[in-house]
Amino acid sequence: MGCGLCLVACVVEHSKTKDILMAYKQETPRPTPRNVVEEGEEGACFSLQCRHCQEPDCVDACVNGALYIDNGVIKVNKDHCVACWMCVMACPYGCIYREEREGSWNSNKCDLCPGRDVPACVEICPNRALVYEER
Amino acid sequence: MRYVIIGNSAAGVHAVEEIRKRDGEGEIVMFSREPYLAYSRPLITEFLFDGVPVRKMSYRDASFYRDNRVDLRLGVEVVEIDREKKEVLDSRGERTPYDKLLIATGGTPFVPPIKGGDRGGIFTMMTWDSAKAVKERLPKTKRAVVLGGGLIGMKTAEGIYEAGVPTTVVELAPQILGRILDRRGAEIFQDYLEKKGMEIITGDTVEEVVGESEVEAVRLRSGRVLECDLLIVAIGVVPNMDLAKKAGLQVNRGIVVNERMQTSDPDIYAAGDVAEAFDIVVKEKRVNAIWPVANRQGRIAGANMAGGEKVFTGEFPKNSLKLLGLEMISMGLVDSPDDSCQVITRDEGERYVYRKFIFKDGHVLGGIFVGEIDKAGIVTGMIKNGVRMNGNRERLLYGPPQLIYLDEEYREEKLTRPVVS
Amino acid sequence: MVMSSSLWTDNFHDFYVDREQERCIQCLVCVRQCPYEANVYREAAGVVDSVHKNCTGCHRCESLCPTRCITIRTNPSEFRPHANWQPREIKNIYKQARTGGVLLTSTGCELPYPNYFDRILIDACQVTNPSIDPLREPMELRTYIGRKPEKLEFERTETGEVRLKTEIAPQLKCEVPILFSAMSYGAVNLNFCEALAMTAKEVGTYWNTGEGGLHRKLYPYGDHTIVQCASGRFGVSKTYLGTSAAIEIKIGQGAKPGIGGHLPGEKVNRDISETRMIPVGSDAISPAPHHDIYSIEDLRQLIFALKEATDYEKPVFVKIAAVHNSAAIASGIARAGADAIVIDGFRGGTGATPLMIRDNVGIPIELAIAAVDDLLRAQGIRNEVSLIAAGGIRNSADVVKIIALGADAVYIGTAAKIAVGCTVCQRCYTGKCPWGITTNDPRLAKRLNVEIAAEQLTNLIHGWAHEIKEMMGLMGINAIESLRGNRERLRGVGLTDRELNILGIKHAGE
Ligand SMILES: Cc1cc2nc3c(=O)[nH]c(=O)nc-3n(C[C@H](O)[C@H](O)[C@H](O)COP(=O)(O)OP(=O)(O)OC[C@H]3O[C@@H](n4cnc5c(N)ncnc54)[C@H](O)[C@@H]3O)c2cc1C
Repeated sequence: MGCGLCLVACVVEHSKTKDILMAYKQETPRPTPRNVVEEGEEGACFSLQCRHCQEPDCVDACVNGALYIDNGVIKVNKDHCVACWMCVMACPYGCIYREEREGSWNSNKCDLCPGRDVPACVEICPNRALVYEER
Repeated sequence: MRYVIIGNSAAGVHAVEEIRKRDGEGEIVMFSREPYLAYSRPLITEFLFDGVPVRKMSYRDASFYRDNRVDLRLGVEVVEIDREKKEVLDSRGERTPYDKLLIATGGTPFVPPIKGGDRGGIFTMMTWDSAKAVKERLPKTKRAVVLGGGLIGMKTAEGIYEAGVPTTVVELAPQILGRILDRRGAEIFQDYLEKKGMEIITGDTVEEVVGESEVEAVRLRSGRVLECDLLIVAIGVVPNMDLAKKAGLQVNRGIVVNERMQTSDPDIYAAGDVAEAFDIVVKEKRVNAIWPVANRQGRIAGANMAGGEKVFTGEFPKNSLKLLGLEMISMGLVDSPDDSCQVITRDEGERYVYRKFIFKDGHVLGGIFVGEIDKAGIVTGMIKNGVRMNGNRERLLYGPPQLIYLDEEYREEKLTRPVVS
Repeated sequence: MVMSSSLWTDNFHDFYVDREQERCIQCLVCVRQCPYEANVYREAAGVVDSVHKNCTGCHRCESLCPTRCITIRTNPSEFRPHANWQPREIKNIYKQARTGGVLLTSTGCELPYPNYFDRILIDACQVTNPSIDPLREPMELRTYIGRKPEKLEFERTETGEVRLKTEIAPQLKCEVPILFSAMSYGAVNLNFCEALAMTAKEVGTYWNTGEGGLHRKLYPYGDHTIVQCASGRFGVSKTYLGTSAAIEIKIGQGAKPGIGGHLPGEKVNRDISETRMIPVGSDAISPAPHHDIYSIEDLRQLIFALKEATDYEKPVFVKIAAVHNSAAIASGIARAGADAIVIDGFRGGTGATPLMIRDNVGIPIELAIAAVDDLLRAQGIRNEVSLIAAGGIRNSADVVKIIALGADAVYIGTAAKIAVGCTVCQRCYTGKCPWGITTNDPRLAKRLNVEIAAEQLTNLIHGWAHEIKEMMGLMGINAIESLRGNRERLRGVGLTDRELNILGIKHAGE
């Protein structure tokens, strides 16, 4: 329904303090969401995050193995990433984001919120539009 | 079961991964002419100016070979394949039998005969060693010339330029980056790079290398003479298929493979820059010498070698390039092949932003993103999945592409079904 | 009609969006969610700002704000106190002076007319007559709606078995005495209709199509659907009548007695047009009276036409607004052959009605039910019809009280909407319902997740059913049948003799 709470939940979950006010007001750089709400004509809209493909194009495109699959979850090793944007070129969902951290760039993406039973975006969605399924 | 893999790079590494997913027992022997664990070939030009730390160039570390129990033979070249005996002969004279063989030998820079081409100071840029050799020479280099304005040439020119050495690119075609950009896109890039201080000469080529023993200058076809003490030749790469040819495998411009990455000998597979496989945009077999394709093909070869069933559904060119800070991504065709295509563009070249899309029968055949590249992959996905885009196509020109622009049916499918990719 | 400048009244807004800027993280959830543009992002200044005059007090932004930085308040700005010229009156005049139009509103009457529910108390058993523990003893909430025979006759078959000789008219079996009242597709959206239908099926009750027809998607819920036949006859076909559990002839509605309805053409999209069986974009006008009903005899013809069309298998209801002579009208309706009479009190909800009518026409349901029940009993025909009370039922105690006053069951509408998010902002008529209920804008309708809504409605009915059983237990009653018309168990507080007399109850202390 396009409220965008999933974006807020993502930012807070991936902030240092996990406190909404701190994350938005104090932390620099402010963490950026790893999901997006797309809005089209005629009321179509949806929240979109990495689909964690089984044979991901992004991982195949990554030049130095910064993107990898860990137990079915596609993760990015930000310390290894060289910001070549091969993943941005490859992801058919547009779900890998360019992120600037302390003057250097790296790619950023959904990590399914390690340590949580259900990702933060799914939990916050007031309309149960997001569902989390193991496949 | 013994798997032998020639080449320890993108294709080879992924073949190992897929073999091990299916066969924990079999023996894997891997040969590499190069003395290094797998590294990221596309990053070697960054090495020239320490654009990325060396640790980030690593593609797989020692644990990879250990965990997957790979018998890795570094610095050893395979010199012959004996298909009768099913064994390979290496540069040390040793013979290694195989049950399944993968040729993932990549390519070699093409160096044309040039007058004076035997002078010192002439290099190619294909391996980490070649990059090391160039890097070593840079401190005493006053001016460099890079022959060839393709992807490798431009990246090399960037590397040398970033290292503080004045650099001139000489390209025979009327534009640089001919494979990955159209004329206008290239013009924008050229303008950008020239403003940054790189010299670019198009429509010309090096006819003679001048110098005593070392390069001192190059003379161009136009007669112009460029003083330089370093020449990089980067006009193209040819697949390393001598082994295959000698062994009598079917070759064309690369080793011919089927959709399982099998060569004309069912026990021999080929993948990566050396293989010629189906391109879904031009709809014929061709060599797509790019990193993602090498990875995908390596996986498919590996899976099938170990008894799996994986097919290559086809690929197409796609590139992401950043030169002196200007970013671009392109995929599929960059120029419209004929009048049956519709082309839409957005040209804000003055601020280095440019977009172009080529459509045919409702399908996207190609796209160019210069400057603003976010979510470009959605277009890659459209080409890959043959998605029709009906609605307002112009929307692709502005802002990041959205999945929501595409047909609902496709979206539903993509968003609600389990995803392979 | 001339629209004059609105500037001078703009600042006399009803609500005020109180935003604690220190807590605002500019996530723009409020901006995205407000369909009235009361929250706006001022990009240049980098702040989220409020346009108070646009706020309808729906609280959508407040409910979703992740930092809870928003509080919706009534505008503290006050006019000089005046008992006659209350701000509401002043502002209404401003509005009309500007537009020259009729003041529109939604939901039921909001004025503080006496609420008899709040002046009636329920009796409880102590010592001499034991109460019943509903957790231990069976409690019967099941209610049958329909015409009951005067007496039962039996006969013996040739084989000597005893058999019921009396023919029983069709009955609606309700597991709880609570049904969902008519809310038409168009006024509410398909998501809400579907949630009602799912709930009705789940809890064993019925939902009502209103005059909007029955969308194809909901045909599978036909067994739990009451289909309406109103003056516009929208969507009425043989299939429609056949795909139902009961048929309701709508004569009147509590929120707008005596006037018709009007669904503006802009709202008639393809789906609605197909369901209502009218062209896309055409106004759906329900005339004030049925053009073929000017007497009880005419009504009887329609009742029997509908029965004939459905092989006398379905009960036929007649719905009227509660008005001064409801009792006499109800008696006529019973005699016209209806199986149930629905009486909709003046607090009954609506998607759109003129403000003056909503707030000034009709009578309270409590009085109407008491009067109707009395008259039907006096005439000895109470058994011939069931009585369904509607209009402003807020909780299970209201249900118990109205049944004790003489109703068989109740209809709830607004309570159902509130269960799925409605905050009674009274702007249904704008078609921009921020909770996705009374809107057919797909963008907004999406906000109502059918599955969640059905869960909430089911919970509400279950909750009320529990409470009703508790209240019956404390009265020592174990079947809802025994509560019906049991006015002895009610007492009034602070009511005049006349009121007590009409309600047929004693005063507390008696
Ligand atoms: C400078 C540069 C920049 C590039 N930038 C990009 C880019 O930005 N994006 C992109 O998509 N692609 C890029 N590429 C191309 C990309 O690197 C190749 O597509 C990819 O490396 C192909 O992988 P491969 O496994 O097929 O072969 P290679 O990586 O070429 O590896 C083949 C290996 O086999 C070894 N070998 C060959 N013959 C023998 C033998 N007989 N015995 C033993 N070993 C042998 C070779 O020494 C080599 O180590 C770039 C390439 C270069 C050189």
